[in-house]
Amino acid sequence: MSEHQSTYVPRTAFERWMDTRLPIIRFGADYMSLPTPKNLNYWYTFGAILTICLMVQIITGVVLAMHYVPNTEMAFASVERIMRDVNGGWLIRYVHSNGASMFFIAVYIHMLRGLYYGSYKAPREMIWIVGCVIFFLLIATAFLGYVLPWGQMSFHGAVVITNLIGSIPVIGGSILTWLQGGPAIDNATLNRFFSLHYLLPFVIFGCVVLHVWALHTAGQNNPVGILIPKDRVAKDTVPFHPYYTVKDGFALILFLIMFAAFVFFMPNALGHADNSIPANPLVTPAHIVPEWYLLPFYAMFGSIAVLFILPWLDTSRVRSMRYRPTMRVFFYIFVVNAFVLGLCGAMLPDAPVIGEFKTFMLIDGDLNSYLWLGRLATLYYFAFFLVILPMVGLRETPLPIPQSISEPVLGGPAAMPAGAPAQPETRG
Amino acid sequence: MTESVVNSDGQGGDATRRDFIHIAAGAAAAGAGVTIAWPLINQMNPAADTLALSVIDFDLSKVQEGQQVVTKWQGKPVFVRYRTPAEIEAARETPMSALKDPQADADRVKEGREQYLVLVGSCTHLGCVPTFGTGDYGGWFCPCHGSHYDTSGRIRKGPAPTNLVVPNYEYVSDTAVRIG
Repeated sequence: MSEHQSTYVPRTAFERWMDTRLPIIRFGADYMSLPTPKNLNYWYTFGAILTICLMVQIITGVVLAMHYVPNTEMAFASVERIMRDVNGGWLIRYVHSNGASMFFIAVYIHMLRGLYYGSYKAPREMIWIVGCVIFFLLIATAFLGYVLPWGQMSFHGAVVITNLIGSIPVIGGSILTWLQGGPAIDNATLNRFFSLHYLLPFVIFGCVVLHVWALHTAGQNNPVGILIPKDRVAKDTVPFHPYYTVKDGFALILFLIMFAAFVFFMPNALGHADNSIPANPLVTPAHIVPEWYLLPFYAMFGSIAVLFILPWLDTSRVRSMRYRPTMRVFFYIFVVNAFVLGLCGAMLPDAPVIGEFKTFMLIDGDLNSYLWLGRLATLYYFAFFLVILPMVGLRETPLPIPQSISEPVLGGPAAMPAGAPAQPETRG
Repeated sequence: MTESVVNSDGQGGDATRRDFIHIAAGAAAAGAGVTIAWPLINQMNPAADTLALSVIDFDLSKVQEGQQVVTKWQGKPVFVRYRTPAEIEAARETPMSALKDPQADADRVKEGREQYLVLVGSCTHLGCVPTFGTGDYGGWFCPCHGSHYDTSGRIRKGPAPTNLVVPNYEYVSDTAVRIG
C-alpha cells in the first residue's frame, strides 16, 4: 500500500553498507512484507502464476532462438531439428508452445477475476489499463511466434492477419507492404517477425513492472471490494510473505501439474495438424483457424479497445460483484458468451449450430448457423461493456457492503447505513 | 530458517514438524530447480545431427605426391598429406632429443602407408590453421604465433606445446580412409 512504511532493518555490516548505496535488499524486503488483504482467494493467485508463465516463455524462448533459423528455406527444418536432434529440444519447444496456451488460460482467468471483483475501479484504473496493454502485447507476441515455425497455419495465419491491416481504407495497402517488407509474406516478413517476437516479451516484462508498481501504489483489491480503512490495516492485512508466497506457490504447483499434463501427454492437443506441413504460399489449408486463445477475438476483431475504457463504463461504486446480484448474472452470461465466441471462431460460418436442418434466411445467412450465433454473441460482448455495465450500475440495488474484511467472517454491526451503497467509500 | 528451531521461549530446541516441512519443501524445490535447469543446460551440448557428422570418408586418390588436401571433419580442417620419400626420410632421421613432444614418425602413420600423413589442422597453441610447406622444417608454419612443424607434423619451434594431433582413422580400402 502507498502508506506502507519500510520495516526493514539491515542486520549485517554488508546490508548496512548496501543500504546506503544500492538499497536493493530493502526493496526486496519491503516487497515481501507488503501488507496484503487477508481475504484473497485462489482467483488472486493468477498474478503470480502469470509472472512464472512470462519467465518460462522468455527462458525457453531464448533457448529456442539458439537453434531456430529465421529463414524461409530453413525455418521449418530448423524447428524439426529442434524436435528430433537437439538435446531435450522437444521438451523445450513443447513447453514454449503449450506455455503460450497456459499463459492465455491464466491471463483470461486473471482478467475475469478483475472484472468480477471490480479491480479496475478507482483508484486502480492504471493497473487495469497497463494490464490491457500487456494483453494486447501478449496477443501480438503470440501471433508473431506462431508464424515462426513456418508451417501452413503459420504462413496463412500471417497472411490473413496482415491483410486485415491491409483492409484499412486508402493507406492500408501501403502499410501492408511496409509491414510485410514486400508484396507478400516472405523472408523479409519472417525475419522481422522473429526480431519482434524476441523483443516484445521484454517490453511485456517492462509493462509488468509498471503493472506491479501501480498495484503496490493503489493497493490490492480483495473479494469484498472495499478499500481497507486506515485503522483496520493492522487487523485486515497480512504480510505478503509467507502468507501469499505460500498460497501462490501452492496454486502454482497445481497449475504446473496441468501444464505438465499438456506438455507430456497431449502436447499437440491445442495445436493444429496443418502446421506440420511446411508453408506453401500457393495453397491455403481448407479450414484455417487461429490458435484457440484468439478465437473469441477472431470472431470480432477490434474488441480489445473497449477494455481500455472499462473503468469509466462501469457506473457502480460497488467493486465486488459479490454484492451486486444483478450484475453477477450478467457476468456469468458474459463468461459463457466468451466460450460461445471461441466456438464460433473455430467453426465454419455456414455450419448449422443445432442439428442439420435449415430455419430461415436472415439477411445473408441461415439463422441456424455459426455466422448468426457469432453475431449475437458479439452483440452481447459489446452490450455487456457499453450498455449493461453503465445501466445496471445506475439502476441496481447492491447488497449491504461490510465495513471491513473481518466483518463478514466475524459478524459484528450489520453492514452499511441505508443509502450507503451509492457511496461506499470516498474515491481514491 | 534460523527462527524455526527456536521455541516460543526464544531458546533453541529440538527440530519440530515445521522444520521438517521447511526442509522437505526446500529439498523438493531444489530438486525441481535442478531438473528444470538440466535440459536448459544440456540443450547447448552437440545435437544428434551434429554428432552424426563425427565420421567422414576420404578418397586418398585425390592427393598427389608432394601435396596435401584439406578436408573438414567435425568443423575443423584435416590435412591429408602425400609425403615425398625425402620428407619421410627427414621425419625419420630426426633424433628424439630434438623434439619438444617426442614421438617417432612411425607412430604417426599407418605401417606400410608411410607416405600418407593425416592430421587435424589446428595448431595446438591456440587453434589457427598452419600453412602447408612453410616454416624452418618443411612441414607447416602457423601464421598466428609462429609455431614450426616438421614433415611429421611435430612441433619443432615456437609456442605450441604438442604435435599436431593425429585423429583416429582407418583404411577402409587401398584408396580410402574413414576418419573419426
